[in-house]
Amino acid sequence: MVSGMRQTFALPDVGEGLTEAEILAWQVSVGDTVSVNQIIVEIETAKAAVELPSPYAGTVAELFASPGQTVAVGTPIIVISTGVEGDPERSDPAPPTAEAGAEPTAQPHDTAEGGTKIGEVGPDGRIATLVGYVSGSGTVVRRRRVHRAGPLTAPPPPTPPTVPAAESPVRDAVPLAKPPVRKLAKELGVDLRALAGSGPRGAITRDDVHASARSAAVGGTTGQRRVPVRSLRKATAAAMVSSAFTAPHVTEFLAVDVTPMMELRERLRTTREFREVKLSPLVFTAKAVCLAIRRTPEVNASWRDGSAGEDAEIVFYDRVQLGIAAATPRGLIVPKIRDADTLSLRELAEALGELTATARAGITPPADLVGGTFTITNVGVFGVDTGTPILNPGESAILALGAVKPAPWVVDGQLAVRTVCQLALSFDHRVVDGEQGSRFLADVAALLADPGLALSY
Amino acid sequence: MASFLGFAEPEPTPQQVIAGLRATAEGGEDLVQLLSPEGERVTDSRFEPWVADVDVDRLRALYRDMVLVRRADREANALQRQGQLSIWVPLLGQEAAQIGAGRALMPQDMAFPSYREHGVAWCRGIDPTELLGIFRGTDHGSWDPHATRFHLYTIVIGNQCLNATGYAMGQRFDGRVGDGEGETGEATICFFGDGATSQGDVHEGFVWSAVYDAPVVFFCQNNQWAISEPLERQTRVPLYQRARGYGFLGVRVDGNDVLATLAVTRWALQECRTGNGPVLIEAFTYRMDAHTTSDDPSRYRLAEELELWKLKDPIERVRVNLVRTHGESQEFFDEVAAESDTLAARLRAHCLAMPKPKPERIFSEVYAQSSPLLDAQRDEYLAYHSSFEE
Ligand SMILES: Cc1ncc(C[n+]2csc(CCOP(=O)(O)OP(=O)(O)O)c2C)c(N)n1
Repeated sequence: MVSGMRQTFALPDVGEGLTEAEILAWQVSVGDTVSVNQIIVEIETAKAAVELPSPYAGTVAELFASPGQTVAVGTPIIVISTGVEGDPERSDPAPPTAEAGAEPTAQPHDTAEGGTKIGEVGPDGRIATLVGYVSGSGTVVRRRRVHRAGPLTAPPPPTPPTVPAAESPVRDAVPLAKPPVRKLAKELGVDLRALAGSGPRGAITRDDVHASARSAAVGGTTGQRRVPVRSLRKATAAAMVSSAFTAPHVTEFLAVDVTPMMELRERLRTTREFREVKLSPLVFTAKAVCLAIRRTPEVNASWRDGSAGEDAEIVFYDRVQLGIAAATPRGLIVPKIRDADTLSLRELAEALGELTATARAGITPPADLVGGTFTITNVGVFGVDTGTPILNPGESAILALGAVKPAPWVVDGQLAVRTVCQLALSFDHRVVDGEQGSRFLADVAALLADPGLALSY
Repeated sequence: MASFLGFAEPEPTPQQVIAGLRATAEGGEDLVQLLSPEGERVTDSRFEPWVADVDVDRLRALYRDMVLVRRADREANALQRQGQLSIWVPLLGQEAAQIGAGRALMPQDMAFPSYREHGVAWCRGIDPTELLGIFRGTDHGSWDPHATRFHLYTIVIGNQCLNATGYAMGQRFDGRVGDGEGETGEATICFFGDGATSQGDVHEGFVWSAVYDAPVVFFCQNNQWAISEPLERQTRVPLYQRARGYGFLGVRVDGNDVLATLAVTRWALQECRTGNGPVLIEAFTYRMDAHTTSDDPSRYRLAEELELWKLKDPIERVRVNLVRTHGESQEFFDEVAAESDTLAARLRAHCLAMPKPKPERIFSEVYAQSSPLLDAQRDEYLAYHSSFEE
């Protein structure tokens, strides 16, 4: 026992009466050294996505489940070799979950619980918890009753909760799927009612949804797929190539402490006026852009090549036709908010909400896609920090809004955690000089860092 | 001037509207604070005298309390994720509210917790290992509520407000209240959440204790969420202002400020001991983790909100104050950190070694005496239990 003791960790019930969980991602691989409470795996249950910390210190010897796999509570998922010298865990009594030599199959629910009765299905089929009740699932694995001849003095056991896993033909009823699976289906555009579930009691699993989405996407050659470039993809490609090769692009970056903006947002959100609208950082950015354009009209202008011997000219626009790059199921489109500079913050928020909803639904009218004078691309929604955006053809500037997130920041000579985001401005150097581009970017940043400055515009 | 049932109602001024909004977003103007999030002392002539005795040693002790209960909380949370506890209720973020209130208590005072008050339990001398049984499902609470003057955890929301009011009435009847001397007087403190304020039991406790002057401090930890329900679904006025409608005093304190919470709770308890109870304290704080380990807060609240509250961390501001104002050395912080790791290891070892209780325990530990009906139920249950394999 001096070296190489193997400890098995079985999937615990992390949420009062759960019976299974899906392995999302392992944070460790075989051979890795782990310490007690180091996160080893992310799982998703019907209630929550959760990280599991290691109960042992040692070396990962085996991983039993792979990502995407759904595992029953009580099933061993990892073996950790412990027992090297100085290991603080070595002398600890083995926890009741560690069933040495247990088969990696479903274990009785109780054995994972150290004898607790919380979480067990009651005779009424409900599961008692500390915060209320959850409905008992039919798949709880219970200890087997001993068959006994003769009459039992005890009351009859609860009605067997198992329900045959055969196809349930009732397709007009709400299909059986966990909330995360429903969400996935929605994201992938899969209609759950059209699927037969392969899970327990015909429940639709993540795999079912993925499979359906895949088969819908392509007929399938191995390892690659070819998608003809049509419509939107083609238009996007043409616009990007023409822009990138005609307008000489310059991109500048600036990181901003947007904590004051987020605070303002918190305050506004509780007001009656803003309660119903989505007040995202993008709305504030749109407002800041419209204000800052007043000081630097060059970014709201466009370059026109002179035809037939005429001089080229720069067209300055009085109003801001604000394009918002939107990811839609069909691809990238840039619908416009008309006369954005005349709108109040709330009106901008409403316009943005409408624009996004319309774009997502794929019903943006073509007229809304043309005649822009400035574009914002919100790469932050993808969790990305920044990028070098390419101009929308005909426009002279585009602003990329990065992810808004906490970051170390120096305040009054002290390191503090602040809410920070990165801005990137690309501009057409034929129209906009470095000075103007820089001023505009600095103005937008200043407005986000200190929204009170808006009063000075 | 708007008219309401024929009475002229003045329209709220813009200032009043803004004050109301700030009150639910930031704590508002009436928030009692002695230590800012940046660790600066804030002057407050009303409550400062109540912590005049808190010198650097006592401040260190408060810091240590908070670090230790946070560490124990994190370890218990991990133990749940490792299958060792059925559930855990995290206190993360509420350390100052609980330590401030807990350390304000005198030995003779009585406390009624809900289920998240691990920090108050600590102040009552209950070892964190004692809390594990309830969450592992092996006992119903093992500490002696009389000896520790800390009632067992109450899961039924708001119910303890009735128990506390009743207990406080007993203190009154026993003549422990109103003689003006805090040293001998007694008070009761009752802990509950913002969600609990919507419960009938809390209302009844407020009404009863108000009209009978019961010596009870109602300590509401407004952590902004009742599972997935935000504060705005519980109230349209700042919670501490509700006290006025019942006819007693209400104070809103920065629940992430251990000094202010200590001061305000000491004051409130003394009001009660001298016959001026009840008092409502709203400790304005934030639940930094999930409601329980069964909950996933990312489904209903924004990560930004959490980031905002990280800046108001209750422990960090004391640490900064100790360093800036008292020149505290790194050595002290390292010592406390090491001590907290030792505590966590002890908690873990204890949890893993907890014996599995016999099934009859559920019958033997609820009522003081048995009854024929209970005996019959127990026998039936044991027969049923033994009909399983193993
Ligand atoms: C009477 C009652 N109703 C419902 C529940 C389920 N429940 C458990 S905790 C909780 C929310 C309580 O929120 P709050 O009072 O704000 O306290 P917190 O948990 O935030 O500390 C609810 C509704 C319960 N335990 N008791």
